[in-house]
Amino acid sequence: MWSWETAREGLPLILHGFGITLLATVFGSLLAVVLGLGIAVLRRTPSRWVTLPLRAAVEFVRSTPVMIQLFAVWVLVPGLDPLVIGIAVLGVHYATYTSEVYRAGIDAVPKGQWEAAVALSLPPVRTWFAVVLPQALRKIVPALGNYVISMFKETPFLSVITVNEMVHEANRFGSDHFAYLEAFTLAALVFLVASCPTSILMRKLEKRLAH
Amino acid sequence: MLTDESPTPTESGAAAPAVRFDQVVKRYGDNTVLDHLDLEVGRGERVTLIGPSGSGKTTILRLLMTLERVTEGVVHVDGEPFSHMPGRGGRLVPADERHLRARRRRIGMVFQHFNLFPNMKVLDNVTEAPVHVLGMDRDEAAERARGLLELVGLADKQDAHPTRLSGGQQQRVAIARALAMRPDILLLDEVTSALDPELVAGVLDVLRDIAHGTDITLLCVTHEMGFARDVSDRVLMFDGGRVVESGPPERIFGSPEHGRTREFLGAVL
Amino acid sequence: MSSYPYAFHAGEPLSGLTEFTHSLPSVGAGLWVTVQATVLGAALALLLAFVLGFMARSRRLLVRGSSRVVVEFFRGTSLYVQMFWLFFALPILGFKLVPLACAVVAFGLNYGAYGSEVVRGALDAVPRGQREAAVALSMTPWQRMRLVVLPQAWPQMIPPFNNLLIQLLKCTPLMSLITISDVTFQMDQLRSTTGDTATAYLLLLVVYFVLAYALTLAMNGLESVAKARLGQPAGGRA
Repeated sequence: MWSWETAREGLPLILHGFGITLLATVFGSLLAVVLGLGIAVLRRTPSRWVTLPLRAAVEFVRSTPVMIQLFAVWVLVPGLDPLVIGIAVLGVHYATYTSEVYRAGIDAVPKGQWEAAVALSLPPVRTWFAVVLPQALRKIVPALGNYVISMFKETPFLSVITVNEMVHEANRFGSDHFAYLEAFTLAALVFLVASCPTSILMRKLEKRLAH
Repeated sequence: MLTDESPTPTESGAAAPAVRFDQVVKRYGDNTVLDHLDLEVGRGERVTLIGPSGSGKTTILRLLMTLERVTEGVVHVDGEPFSHMPGRGGRLVPADERHLRARRRRIGMVFQHFNLFPNMKVLDNVTEAPVHVLGMDRDEAAERARGLLELVGLADKQDAHPTRLSGGQQQRVAIARALAMRPDILLLDEVTSALDPELVAGVLDVLRDIAHGTDITLLCVTHEMGFARDVSDRVLMFDGGRVVESGPPERIFGSPEHGRTREFLGAVL
Repeated sequence: MSSYPYAFHAGEPLSGLTEFTHSLPSVGAGLWVTVQATVLGAALALLLAFVLGFMARSRRLLVRGSSRVVVEFFRGTSLYVQMFWLFFALPILGFKLVPLACAVVAFGLNYGAYGSEVVRGALDAVPRGQREAAVALSMTPWQRMRLVVLPQAWPQMIPPFNNLLIQLLKCTPLMSLITISDVTFQMDQLRSTTGDTATAYLLLLVVYFVLAYALTLAMNGLESVAKARLGQPAGGRA
């Protein structure tokens, strides 16, 4: 049964793990946001020698489990720090999502906007930075935010390659003290406490950007 | 507003008007759309509501169809309270869904944007309510629906998808769909406003046939003054949530008394 | 301690390819477990998505509020934690579920919560005029939903449901962490007996890719049928 004492004992360990979880989320998201933009831009190049293999790769990475990808990289590329592997794999996996976000956001800018930019003889740089991107961002930013939250909740997968993030620590504490109830309940609560305000914030941001 | 003196269902019978609005108020927040409106429509009477947009004409139809609730006052149909029902001690209380459902059947409505069901073929649009609401036998409902589609000139479209029809054809199906419920009162809410100009005549012809061939009570909101003149017994000019002027079409269109009416007719004619 | 206890079994490296063909039956059995968990989890999720989605549109604050709380709870706590909680923590409270049930319940709760947003959104997206026309024809609230609103909302739900289904499938390897012999577990066994890591993981990725592709094809087919019924062009996605 539940013991407050055990819970109090386990909390520091779990919070320490939470730090690693945040670290992985922040760097994983950064990678996903940058790499996703790169993929989206590359997919707009006219050469089919670029776009077709890229599309195939994106499709493959996106429809296979991140957990297997983690294993595969971990076992096949020895000598790297598991946390680095975790961030890289999560980042690449989510880049396949974010690239779609960028693409959809840019496609959603009405054709008339491009035409108006041409009619005003705006140089391409102005067209992109003054006309297209500011409008596309309204759709892009909330969607990116939702993927960051979603990645945050998938960081426990990193425990399978021995990264000592929160759930890994909870699991260890649970088995050491036979206190799985306290350990996993605490982990769940930390997730809940962290993600509820974020999703409320995201919803507000979404509403604000919608106008 | 509603006290014990409020009339309870006593005036029903042949003499009662088909529709009676009794001091009806409708507000959306601070915006008063209907301002203590009194209105009577006799059985079989054809009444047209005209007036500038935003004057509350459509709201009257929507209140009558129970798509909106009144803020104050009572709507009566066939001499019985409709928006309200007798509660404890004979007091009128706002009607519940069951009260409305039992009485709503007498009323049919045709909408500005047709609102045909895209998940059903044309014939099913017309048979759906008779089968599921009136409990009519499927074959019988289909038989009647074919007759109604013929009436609106679309007998050959019964197996088409509504989305494949022109706006005018969709609206004629919507008229057949409303008639399939055999309503005593038919509400027409700007039924030609969403149509391309060349399709308007076909729809109005169908409605003229219905007006002249049946004894249905008609309440229409329209900007088609020619149609209003042809079918109406009475025209009501609306402005600012109130009836400004009412009378037979010849008089309203021929020699309007009120300045607002003259102004409005001058702008639309 | 390794969280993945069988990841490093030093296997006897046998001649790779024959061993792979020998092990086909066990991989097949694992595949069947994966498919079962996916289907059962998705079925439970679909049920919950509709229940919670309908509740979210209720006029009663209490009903709406409880749906909101349940949805936020199961979206806010990671699927990983939920499954481990059901497997490790729940027995301590005196309820022991078989491992597959833990997995299916976790999938159902988590994706049911996400799916309820899909249901709610699609119901809200049916134009108001459609409901009004149904009122004007004197349909009961239940008839309006069954005959008019739901048939129109359903095709809207299929593409986002497909996304969730693929995500669910991609999370099923988690089952292998709670002693379930799914295809990941079986393939990992094979990897440790053959020592051919590259082949085993590549094969495993291909297996999931094929499963995901098959599910997408099926859902696209479903969407085309549903849209054709609405008289819309069947716009299946790649």
